[in-house]
Amino acid sequence: MTQPTARPSPAKPPIAEAEKDASMLKQKAMMAAHYDRLADAPETGAKVCSTFVPGNLNELVMCFDLINNLPEVNAIQSGLRRKSGAYVLEAEKQGHSDDVCTYVKSDIGMMAKGNIGPNGRKMPDPDVLLLSYTGCFTFLKWFELLREQYKCPTIMLHTPYQGDGKITPNMVQYMVRQLKESVIPKLEEVSGVKFDIDRLREYLKKSAEAEDDLVAVLKSARHKPSPIDAFFGGIYYIGPIFGAFRGTDDAIQYYQFLRSEVEERIAKGEGPVTPEGPMQDQRYRLVVEGPPNYTSFRQFWKMFYDEGAVVVASSYSKVGGTYDFGFRHDPDRPLETLAEYCLGVYTNRSLPMRVDMLCDYIEEYEADGLLINSIKSCNSFSAGQLLIMREVERRTGKPAAFIETDLVDPRYFSPANVKNRLESYFQMVEQKRSGTRRKEVAA
Amino acid sequence: MTTPARKPAPNGDPAAYRDALVARAQAIFDDLNFGEARRWKEAEPGRKVVGYLPIYVPRELIHAANALPLGIVGGGDAIEVIHGDAYYQSYICRIPRSTIELGVSGRLDFVDGMLFPSICDVIRNLSGMWKIMFPHVYSRYFDVPQNYEDAVGGNYYIAELAELREDLERVTGTKITDEALNNSIAVYNENRRLVRDLYALRAKVPWKAPAPEIFLILRAGLVLPVEEHSEMLRGYIAAAEAAEDRSLRDNSRVVLSGMFCEQPPLNLIKSLELAGCYVVDDDLLLVTRWLIDDVPTDGDPLANLAAAFLHHSESTSSKYEPDQAEKGKYLIAAVKRSGADGVIFAAPSFCDPALLERPMLQNVLRDADIPFIAFKYAENSGQMQPIREQAGTFSDAIKLWSGA
Ligand code: SF4
Ligand code: SF4
Repeated sequence: MTQPTARPSPAKPPIAEAEKDASMLKQKAMMAAHYDRLADAPETGAKVCSTFVPGNLNELVMCFDLINNLPEVNAIQSGLRRKSGAYVLEAEKQGHSDDVCTYVKSDIGMMAKGNIGPNGRKMPDPDVLLLSYTGCFTFLKWFELLREQYKCPTIMLHTPYQGDGKITPNMVQYMVRQLKESVIPKLEEVSGVKFDIDRLREYLKKSAEAEDDLVAVLKSARHKPSPIDAFFGGIYYIGPIFGAFRGTDDAIQYYQFLRSEVEERIAKGEGPVTPEGPMQDQRYRLVVEGPPNYTSFRQFWKMFYDEGAVVVASSYSKVGGTYDFGFRHDPDRPLETLAEYCLGVYTNRSLPMRVDMLCDYIEEYEADGLLINSIKSCNSFSAGQLLIMREVERRTGKPAAFIETDLVDPRYFSPANVKNRLESYFQMVEQKRSGTRRKEVAA
Repeated sequence: MTTPARKPAPNGDPAAYRDALVARAQAIFDDLNFGEARRWKEAEPGRKVVGYLPIYVPRELIHAANALPLGIVGGGDAIEVIHGDAYYQSYICRIPRSTIELGVSGRLDFVDGMLFPSICDVIRNLSGMWKIMFPHVYSRYFDVPQNYEDAVGGNYYIAELAELREDLERVTGTKITDEALNNSIAVYNENRRLVRDLYALRAKVPWKAPAPEIFLILRAGLVLPVEEHSEMLRGYIAAAEAAEDRSLRDNSRVVLSGMFCEQPPLNLIKSLELAGCYVVDDDLLLVTRWLIDDVPTDGDPLANLAAAFLHHSESTSSKYEPDQAEKGKYLIAAVKRSGADGVIFAAPSFCDPALLERPMLQNVLRDADIPFIAFKYAENSGQMQPIREQAGTFSDAIKLWSGA
């Protein structure tokens, strides 16, 4: 079990600039432009809508000329910049429990400390909180907490959970009714912009186009060597489409660009670009379940690529949509498609569905096994992961391993523990392989 | 609220009758094999039992299928968790692991179905784990609307209830007619009225109906057939009120908040009273009084149950509060209703719903000048000394303030 390590340390001296491929640089520029748009909002008069990644209705939000602000992404940015530790402590000082989701505490602590965004500029107050309650109970409380502070209108969009592993017509109707009778009228009221369904269709069409390219990128990991890392690299790849860019031309261009970059790597037989350059040697192909750790992201990633481990599929890269199973935003059914999108995201899938998905990934991507990164403060992902691990092992016969970290609380990232676990896991994979080889020889 | 006729204690000695009822409730509480429910099932061939986890399920539907609704609220501090810990990391609350222990150890082997209400992600995920671990037992995640418009959340909920009704018909082999369902609603209306009477009695004379006894009497209602439980409630209310063997102590009066899912050890509740706090209201076992008013017993029962859920049900952390002005007011209402002096927040460790709600509730209390303290517990917490000290200090402080 991971023990809390030292208290969050002050910012470390800058480490060598990480190598990035061209698509990463492009992605970074897009995100930076978005944060500037947000910071400029008080001057430009643009209105801001805060909402969550799973169940993110960017196409709809854009119909009202609202700028999409995602507090989880802000928390991630704070984690990557090593600011989240202090924010979490600040929230705890205010009376938030040390047991609850650290995304929430990072967000609340950031607010308390002046709400400075990753570009060093003050984040605007939201004009509306769009509470897309999709796949995580914490969302509900998070926005009740923010509403208390910002005193702004809050709109609930409740996504029923796929407890029985299916989307029923009743669920879709319920969501469409919420959209029609509550979400859209309230967004009109907040923004002063009349809803235009054709505008929504246009955005949805663009979403689908980018989604096709994203899927091609994700599926490229079937190649050997894999041209992508579907977990660490995947986090860059999903940024635009899970965030404020889905439905835009920018996203279409980014995913075209990314896809061609990846195809080029396939043609050359190259692996993904890690912070220390292209990954040549791929000894282990892994499927990863759960979110990453952001406070030591590079260090964490290094523990994988140093050992020649590449992630070929991950569940985390599906929290903002399970496009690889065929879902595309459909301009012909604009409201239904938004409902089905929310219903289908990874965090809204039942535990048996998650097990099926991970087993299928292991087969489809010819992975050596499963690795679970269990997040201490995230019940949505973590409660039940030990059973997931056992089930996947039982069904695939591939070894699985379990590590424990946190998303943005540096106290719960213990590098020595994680490294040890990973090393013994890789040994396990080796043993399994040589066992299989021995059996083959004997047969 | 109409109070049913009070039956005199059968043997003429109310204190003895009260104690006998509490002893029976304690025996039900201690029996981790659910003997009462097993005996009920075995008494007639074809009987079915449907389990449900904390907060709320419409037990009327199970009852109308002639089945026994069985409330499962973890294993408490008496169960030895041998298997359950292998399913959960240390940073997840206790109730799912002891519930798994109940399942894996065969203590629930007579249960034909399990309902997992929408309370939090842990219980939600447990519903999927149950499907994997007990594939031959019917299990369902019971989702409820977070939108309270009749035409939106209401319609969705009615359709969910209709699905549940079909499922239960299949599991029990009994058709659930509207008539049967309306009858069951009437039976549960009565039970809820009695529970409210019980709470009103405690608020009025807490020394006569102490919190540990109330807790035990309510817990019995998770296992006993509802008619029998109503009888127990009636008997306890009458006997506790009539008994003259207990006298008022110089205690403060507190409301407990945060205990709606994982249960505190009985000892914890006892300790609070020993420390000088009369518990005069709480959010324990909300299922017993979730619907605030009587549900109409004529017309379309599913529509009536849905309307009751949307417009006349308790507030708690698992429910979205659409109106910021109303946020947390339910706790103030509980304080007023029960004439409490303060609030004790007691939440299970790692319980997101209770712990994320807490700061908001505390703000509301601060604005209303209501004192509070907070601590965490687990269903198997053993050491009560710190809690006793904290509660004792709190109680003394309250008395000082109110005396000043
Ligand atoms: S999914 Fe996990 S990390 Fe994200 S908000 Fe919910 S609890 Fe927090
Ligand atoms: S105790 Fe809290 S976190 Fe645990 S299952 Fe219950 S509501 Fe969920």
